[in-house]
Amino acid sequence: MVVEHAEPTRGRPRKRERQRRRVSVIGVLGELFITAGVVVLLFLGWQLWINDLFASHAQRDEAEGLSQTWSKGEGVTVAPPDRVDPGEPIVAVAPGNAQTFATLIIPRLGADYARPVAEGVGLEDVLNTHAVGHYPGTQMPGAVGNSAYAAHRTGWGSPFFDIDKLQVGDSIYVETQDGWYRYVFRSLEYVLASGVGVLDQVPQLTGVQPTDRIITLTSCNPVYTADERIVAYGVYDTWWPRAGGAPPEIAGIAAQAGGAG
Amino acid sequence: MYAALWRILPGPVWLRLIIALVLIAAAVAALMLWVFPWVLPFVSTQDATVQQ
Repeated sequence: MVVEHAEPTRGRPRKRERQRRRVSVIGVLGELFITAGVVVLLFLGWQLWINDLFASHAQRDEAEGLSQTWSKGEGVTVAPPDRVDPGEPIVAVAPGNAQTFATLIIPRLGADYARPVAEGVGLEDVLNTHAVGHYPGTQMPGAVGNSAYAAHRTGWGSPFFDIDKLQVGDSIYVETQDGWYRYVFRSLEYVLASGVGVLDQVPQLTGVQPTDRIITLTSCNPVYTADERIVAYGVYDTWWPRAGGAPPEIAGIAAQAGGAG
Repeated sequence: MYAALWRILPGPVWLRLIIALVLIAAAVAALMLWVFPWVLPFVSTQDATVQQ
């Protein structure tokens, strides 16, 4: 009896003592470092996937909402391929800072790729919230000269993540209240962050009188860093007045926006 | 540190495990909802514009 009782009571304290190993400074430090590493990895995962996914969905919804407002919920028709020449495009007046006035539709970047465009290129008020920013002082869509835009390459929805995948001849549509402006992608250029020449009326030719209608898209390069800027140029092709119906190429996106209203 | 936390948790192993997982989930949620959005503007990959 005595022996049987003594065994477990002697065993327990020894076990407890083993558990109460003293907490060493190095041990705690090591655990803190491991924790910090895990948190950094979590942050990267959050930035590149989770936050990105939420942001890009929100931007897609915002663009759709803008299109619905412009079509007044009446549904969007598709223009016939043999439509009459629409003539000179309407050029709107630039709105106030951080106000949305267009959507950018680039089929190469996704079958339902549409992102809202706001005036200004501030981080907090435009690029982090409305996806694409229009450089103040550059031309509005459809105007002679250079119409320039910026958007994030990584993070905040990564609107221009695949901008380097554009191929010569790809369509870049800008939809506004007045209609759809089609630009045709022509070339990429890589500059330093100080390379403001890409915003010239004729890109990189300061002071030259423009005759072409150019679209310029800028973003970070290389991807995941901000050492340089990647610049995509497009040339104006034609436009579709809102009353005449949407371009056939983006009928799907246009119908989605119009129909849901 | 984590061993000490584990010992502080009450109940049998399965209960401790559940509590620990809930705590971890809460920590991750707090990071993603508040801490990470606050840190993001300070990360240098954020600039996409050309300027002088």
